[in-house]
Amino acid sequence: MYGKGLRTLSIATAITLTGALALAFFYAPEDADQGFMQKIFYIHVPMAIVALCGFIAGGIFAIQHLRTGDRRHDLRSYVAIHLSLILAVGTLITGSIWARASWGHWWVWDEPTLVSFLIIFLLYACYQPLRFAIEDPERQARYASVFAIVAGAFVPLNFLAVRLAQAYTHPRVLGSTGNLPSRMQLTFYLALLAMALLYITLWRYEMAAKNVRGQIRKLRRRLGMDVVASRSAAPQ
Amino acid sequence: MILASNTLPDNSGYVAAAYLVFLALILVYVAIMAIRLARTERELVELNADAEAGEVS
Repeated sequence: MYGKGLRTLSIATAITLTGALALAFFYAPEDADQGFMQKIFYIHVPMAIVALCGFIAGGIFAIQHLRTGDRRHDLRSYVAIHLSLILAVGTLITGSIWARASWGHWWVWDEPTLVSFLIIFLLYACYQPLRFAIEDPERQARYASVFAIVAGAFVPLNFLAVRLAQAYTHPRVLGSTGNLPSRMQLTFYLALLAMALLYITLWRYEMAAKNVRGQIRKLRRRLGMDVVASRSAAPQ
Repeated sequence: MILASNTLPDNSGYVAAAYLVFLALILVYVAIMAIRLARTERELVELNADAEAGEVS
């Protein structure tokens, strides 16, 4: 039952998201170097972090699917990856806007962080075509799980490789938030929490919707059989 | 307009664009979910009609 507690979660998400936006614009100080455009940070970075964590979560669900053979884990993995892909699109677009405002270019090809994120995005963009190219549901779930595990393992490896890169223009975020003033830090953490809550809410919402559709399909099959059975048993 | 542009900080257009992208993504997602919900509702109505027809016969 994915719909249980969804209302409370939705309200908590709406409050946290509104609070984070309010703090970003009315509480967090303007950056001394970038000025007002640094406000993009509070939407761009949480989106990127939550998207990457979602990809890893998709891999973990896929492992559970392969271990147990339970198709529900495959569905969880699919929804997690699908939502992360949406957030990844948002990360790429907002990052591009920020790059244009800050560096004067929409995209910088020799920047490891940008290119590695694009590679991850393109990798996961192949997930759905691969999944739906296979007709047999059993094989579809198994192949998709293998893909999700391999790609999910690639995410932290890629992250580490980028951290080890020497030359970069893109600022480091994880591990360097200690350099932020406390008001910026609080706003950033609240924005991160809001984005994580939004992700979880949408994930549960979509899982509930898929569950309902599955139940309807089951009911249709049963009802179809019952109608046929009652018609054949009815006196002529 | 001139007054507004004088009071808005520099690069506010880029910030607005970034936040609008986020809003648009959420809205598109919700719209897709709403379409699916409408389809589910339609299926339920059909199912209900089938069940009633089965009971009558």
